Amino acid sequence: MTDSERHMPSMMSGLTAVARRDLLLAWKRPGDVLNPLFFFAMVCTLFPLAVGPSAEQLTFSGPGVLWVAALLAMLISLNSLFISDFDDGSLEQLLVSPQPLPLVGLGKTISHWLTSGLPLVLVSPIVAITYRMQSDVVLVLMLTLTLGTISLSLLGSIGAALTVGLHRGTALLSLLILPLSMPVLIIGANTVSLAAGNETYSAGIWALAAYAVGTLSLAPYATAAALRISNE
Amino acid sequence: MWKWFHQLASPPHFYRIAPIFSAVLLLPGLALIAYGVYAGLFLAPMDYQQGDAFRIIYVHVPSAYLSMMAYMIMAVAGGIGLIWRMKLAHAVAASAAPLGAWFTFLALATGSIWGRPMWGTWWEWADPRMMSELILLFFYFGYMALRAAIDDTAKADKASAVLALVGVVNVIIVHYSVEWWSSLHQGQTIMAKDGPAMDPGMLYPLLANIFGFTLLFGSLLLRRTRTEVLFRERRTRWVKEMILAPEGQS
Amino acid sequence: MESLAMGGYGTYVWTCFGLAAAVLIINEWRVRARQSTVYKEIEVRIKALEESA
Repeated sequence: MTDSERHMPSMMSGLTAVARRDLLLAWKRPGDVLNPLFFFAMVCTLFPLAVGPSAEQLTFSGPGVLWVAALLAMLISLNSLFISDFDDGSLEQLLVSPQPLPLVGLGKTISHWLTSGLPLVLVSPIVAITYRMQSDVVLVLMLTLTLGTISLSLLGSIGAALTVGLHRGTALLSLLILPLSMPVLIIGANTVSLAAGNETYSAGIWALAAYAVGTLSLAPYATAAALRISNE
Repeated sequence: MWKWFHQLASPPHFYRIAPIFSAVLLLPGLALIAYGVYAGLFLAPMDYQQGDAFRIIYVHVPSAYLSMMAYMIMAVAGGIGLIWRMKLAHAVAASAAPLGAWFTFLALATGSIWGRPMWGTWWEWADPRMMSELILLFFYFGYMALRAAIDDTAKADKASAVLALVGVVNVIIVHYSVEWWSSLHQGQTIMAKDGPAMDPGMLYPLLANIFGFTLLFGSLLLRRTRTEVLFRERRTRWVKEMILAPEGQS
Repeated sequence: MESLAMGGYGTYVWTCFGLAAAVLIINEWRVRARQSTVYKEIEVRIKALEESA
């Protein structure tokens, strides 16, 4: 058994332990999971009320509206990513623990995605059908949302780590994360629009997948660095 | 070499020599701009498609170029500050942000004014360069807001450096994704491209202005950084000695 | 006068050059103003400390 192999289980156990703990906490406080979902549904309801319910209007703007609503819902769920750990002091313990910090942060980000991104993906077909989206387009929507929300969770973890412990963090967090999330929104929403218009859309899927892989490999390090700086 | 570099980067030394460097940049910068503006407005031949409205590029292109260069300086300086713990680098990053935001604003404003006679609208959403500039302005706002929100200077320096480095990767992706998006919506791309086909009489004033603006920016950045250094070092001995010295000058 | 009218685009061209001049002047002025305020603040504080000592 090589040295690295001997360390692997313990490294991954840090990640899974953090993720499992956060998921248990989310289970005990379902409001944290449900509120962004209600928010998503409500934003999607506001839009037809504001611009009119005609079928062509809805099919035309559906992909964009759903994507913007999903982005905003992810954003409001981000605030709680590190804040409760910061308040009760467990974040400091994670920082001094022997576990590699990028993996610990990744564990928290994975549980964040499972409790915010994944539920959005699962709820999105219901809203999409009310926007008269075709079933094959709904599948594209779910695929882009899956890949996109993974990136958004990872990018968001950087912003949440930078702003943890700051007063008035919420508005600041949006200011930091929205510009970063624009590529995801542009590619995601337009890919769905292309699919809805019966055009080739595979390039967008690949771009989103590449972006997700890129953020997955880089964002945890930025998050770890940001967490250390915020807790100095 | 390293010794020279470290001496240069030491706050008291930098504070002393920055005005000299600043003046060295400022004077040729102003001369270049004076030539570039005059030649751009009156000597350069008229563009056969855009008429005299094309002369706006003589201020638009330099400011668009500086808006991006300032962001690169900010990110690179932040990275240097993070890795080598160099205090001066963080002061440079802090000073570059507002200057960069100003030039981004100028690029947006002049682009928008150019768009009014050319596109018939003050703002063309489908133009990828305007969108990239707008998103760049948001990046600057986020960066400055994060700096302003953290009271501890050392902490603000490091946190904003991380943000700038994450941002610089993203700015490039934003650029390509906006270009792809605009190609889907038949974006217009008639803004004068300074390709090899450009008449020398048009090109030289533009180059003069780009260099001139860059020198002026460098001069402003040096002096802004100098003030930032003075403020950050306000409790140190060298500042005290400098102020109490009889020939203390501001 | 004709060359100042810029073939009908005079308003746009001159507004842009005016804006550029304004941005450069504002920044030059801000740099100078901040240097003198910071210097004066520090001067007042240090001189006060020196007298009380």
